[in-house]
Formats: sequence, structure tokens, C-alpha cells
Amino acid sequence: MAVKVVQRPQLTFWEKLYIPQILCGLRITFRHFFRNLFLHIAHRFGRKTDVRAGVTYQYPEELRPLFSRLRTRHRLMVRGNGAPRCVGCMLCETVCPAKCITIVPAEHPDPDVEKFPVRFDINLGVCVYCGYCVEVCPEDAIRMDTGILDIAATSREAMKLDLHELMNPELRKPVAACGLDFPHQCGVHGGELRGSWEETLAALTHPE
Amino acid sequence: MIEALLIKLVIAAVVFGGVLNLAGLHTWVERKQSALIQDRIGANRAPIFGFKLLGLFHAVADAIKMFTKEDVVPRGVDRTLHALAPFFSVFFALVAFAAIPFGPQLVLGERVIDLQVAKIDAALLYIFAMLSLGVYGVILAGFASRNNYAIMGSIRATAQMISYEIALGIALIGVLMVYGTMDLGKAVEAQGHTIAGGWIPLWGIVAQPVGFVVFLTAALAETKRLPFDLPEGESEIIGYFVEYSGMKFGMFFLTDFLETILVACLATTLFFGGWQVPYLQPDGFHFPWGAELPLANWIYVLLGVTSFTIKVLAFCFVFMQIRWTLPRFRYDQLMDLGWKGLFPIAVVNVLVTAVVMILLGGGA
Ligand code: SF4
Ligand code: SF4
Repeated sequence: MAVKVVQRPQLTFWEKLYIPQILCGLRITFRHFFRNLFLHIAHRFGRKTDVRAGVTYQYPEELRPLFSRLRTRHRLMVRGNGAPRCVGCMLCETVCPAKCITIVPAEHPDPDVEKFPVRFDINLGVCVYCGYCVEVCPEDAIRMDTGILDIAATSREAMKLDLHELMNPELRKPVAACGLDFPHQCGVHGGELRGSWEETLAALTHPE
Repeated sequence: MIEALLIKLVIAAVVFGGVLNLAGLHTWVERKQSALIQDRIGANRAPIFGFKLLGLFHAVADAIKMFTKEDVVPRGVDRTLHALAPFFSVFFALVAFAAIPFGPQLVLGERVIDLQVAKIDAALLYIFAMLSLGVYGVILAGFASRNNYAIMGSIRATAQMISYEIALGIALIGVLMVYGTMDLGKAVEAQGHTIAGGWIPLWGIVAQPVGFVVFLTAALAETKRLPFDLPEGESEIIGYFVEYSGMKFGMFFLTDFLETILVACLATTLFFGGWQVPYLQPDGFHFPWGAELPLANWIYVLLGVTSFTIKVLAFCFVFMQIRWTLPRFRYDQLMDLGWKGLFPIAVVNVLVTAVVMILLGGGA
């Protein structure tokens, strides 16, 4: 077995003196400082605008280009007739490691389509953005390609996306009216999407 | 009598107002300077009426935030000490400024005004005493928090501050020997002399270069800023103020900046001629090539105060630059540097100074 002798770098006398090395470090930081200071001032006067003074992005105003495979906020694909493409197979709910998808499927009036989701909620506060739901879907009904990164809300409730928000990423809660024209039965609360899905399920399975 | 009191009050207001504002400004400088060093932009929001002023209002936002934040006092702490610790820290850092002379004597008619809040004969000792008392704030904070991590942090901090205070004190003995006085005002006046045919002003840095380096290092350690920020360790090590929040935490934060400014003031006063301007004598400029430019007293004073301010700001800038350049020391390295590095160097410096002064025949 060959023995490998690792040569540890030894500090030279010059380096052990600390102070010359500190000055070397200061030279680097001073160089950056004055270079960027000069560039910032030059930018103010509209000069040298092709050289960036900072490597950072001014986020809300200046968006970074996103890689096309980046997993961002979910969306549900929509059929030509405005109905969700999802067939309520529950695969994504089953595979989700964070258990943050909740689907209530119902029988579709169209005999060609077996089921459809009455409710489809994703709790983004819990989601780990693993993308398994996208991988597993047999219908390519759920995707994570909206490019929406600023998923933030002031309450946990607002982090839960419902069917409307998932089908149209532009929408944000509260969704005033249910505008879906497929047989979507979210009108159990008088046209309003509210309450827990258990309530909805109960209302659907045991209609009074 | 009343007049003298009023004058003192005005001077005190100017000094403490200036110092506190400078400390507030430091938060902005810290953000912007680190940003420029690290190729970032830095704080540039917090607009007031649409004016951003390069993010200057972040300091105001900070202050408002600190004051309105919830002040959490953990259960079971000694409430009195817990509340007192930050006050001690800020108080001792602030009162030390009283002995710093920030300008030459101003002559107004009959009256001669010292631009110094308190004219103390042993000003240097006074400042040292205040710096040492600052340790109380640190140790009380750890002790009153009823938190083992906090008390470990405060013990670390105390050990560091006490170790470096010794090197700091011995480094200054050399300066004391050269000037022969503890009165900072007199020490600054003594730096008005020139050597080398009047070309080089005899500032402390010329007379005591080694003392200056030791002083600067020890003083940086004393202020608990990087590379000596083991007591705090903003993100990794739990420091002595872990149980503080709101403005009480803000006061520890403020103390840091105040101490940095204090050290900058001390370095200026002792090693960079205080309010002295090169070639400027009380009656005007005397250039070594023979030219002269007589000046009125108030212009002389104005130039002196400006020179002092610029030097202090420059020191603050350099300290900030050092803070963002050097990584933190390990604790054993810190103690090594203090006891095996700075301490012997400072002692040797004192010896060499003594020998040189006897050889030159000028000293005691
Ligand atoms: S990305 Fe992962 S965690 Fe999020 S909903 Fe899909 S399967 Fe669940
Ligand atoms: S896997 Fe696809 S089709 Fe199945 S329930 Fe989820 S989104 Fe709908």
C-alpha cells in the first residue's frame, strides 16, 4: 500500500509576520471598494453602463432569467372547454411526500370522462417543491412551470391554493365568483370557495 | 459662572450629539462599504417621500424598528441587572468621549474655551477606566441572562477584553513617555512640533510606530469587532447578548459603534496629532520652505476641528475596511496573539523608547 505524504503548506517568515499579509488583504478589499465606487459614480453620469458595479440583481425590479426546468408554482392544465385536464386519479396526492395535495374527485357527467376534481388544493406552505406530483401525473395535468417564485402570504390560509388559482395563476384569493363552466360543483357554499375540504366532501357525499 | 456652564453644555451637546449620530451613520457605512467591497449594491430602499439618498434612511428605519420591537425578558432573570447591563455598556462608552479634545483653544474676547467636554489632567487614565468599566456591561449581560450560553459568551468577552487591555495600556506607556503627560490636550499640543528641519510633523505615529500598531490591534480587540468578534459572533457563536431584544439589544449594538469611534478618536489624538494640521501653528501656517500664512484664531480653530473630524472619519473607514477584510481569529489564536505577540512587543517597545530617550538626552 502506497503511502501518500501530504505536504502541508508551511507559513513563510513573511507570512508569519501577519502585518504584510493583512496589508495584502486590505489591498484586495480596497481595490474592490474603489473600483465599485468609481463605477457607481460613473453610472450616475451615464458612463460605463456596460460594466456592472454589483453582481447582484435588484430583485423585484430586475428579474433573474429562470432556467426552463426550474420548479416553480404549480398550475393545473386546462382543456379546450375550460375544464381541468386532471382526471382525479389521486396519484399526485398519493405520491406527494409532504402530503400537501388534497383532491376531492367526483363523477363526471360526461360518460367519456370518468372523474374530475371537485376540489384540488395544494398547501404551498407545506410543499417541498420536489416535483413528484408532476412526474407521476398520467394526464400531464399538473405542471410546475409558472415561473412564479414570490409565493408569500400573510396567513397560512392564503398559502393554500384552490382549483381556481391553480387553473389560472393570475388569480389570487379570494376568488369572487366561480367562473368555471364545466360541471364544477364548488357551489356548495353558494358559489363561494371557502370552508375546509372535509366540509365540502361531506356536503357532496351526503347532500341534505 | 452661568456662562461657563452654558458653554460647557453646548460643547457637551455638540460632542455627544455628533458621536451618537456618527454611530447611527456607521450602520449605513457598514452596509454600503461592505456592499462595495463584496460587489453588491447594499441597502438602497427605505424611501421617505420618494427620496432614497442611497439608502441613508435605513438607519432611521433601524432605530424605529429597535424602539418598537417587543422587549423579551426571559423568565427567571434578574430584572434589574438585565435592564442595567445595556445601559452600563452605552454609558461608559459615551462618557469616555468627554475627555477627548477635538479642537484647539478658542479665544472669544476675554474668554479662552477648551474644545473638550471635561478638561481632566489624567484624561488618558480616565478613558482607560471607562473602557475597562465597559466590561461590566458585558459580564452583567451574560450573568443576568440566566443562560449558560450567554454567560460563556460573556466570560469569553471578558477574558478577551482584559487580556487586550494590558497590551493596550503598555502600548500607550511609550506614548506617555514621549509626551510626558496624561493630559490629552497637552499631548496633542506636544505633537505640534516638527522634526527633520520642520518637514515632518512629530506626530505619535512618527515617534511610536510600533506602539501604534500594537495599540491599533489591541484597540480593535477591545471594541469586539471583526477580526476579534468572538464575544458576539453575529451568526455562528452565541454571544453574551443572546437574551436581549428590542432596544436593549440595540444599545449593545450602539456600544460597539461608539467604541469604534472612541478608538478612532484615541488613535487620532495620540498618534495622528489630534486636531493638529501639518505646519499650522496658532498664528498661521509656517511652511518648511519659509512661506508663512497668518490666520485668525477662529480659522485656526475651525481648521483644527475639521482636521480632527477628518482623521476620525478616516480611522472609522479603515476600521470598517479591516472588519470586512479579515476573517475571525480562533480563540486560542486570539489569546496567543494577545499574550505572546502584542504583550511582549509592547514591553520591548517601552524599553526601546526609554533607551532612545536617554540617548537623545531629552527624556526623564
Ligand atoms: S412538488 Fe412535491 S411536495 Fe409539492 S405538491 Fe408536488 S409532490 Fe407534493
Ligand atoms: S396525478 Fe394528475 S390526473 Fe391524477 S389527480 Fe393528480 S393532477 Fe389529477
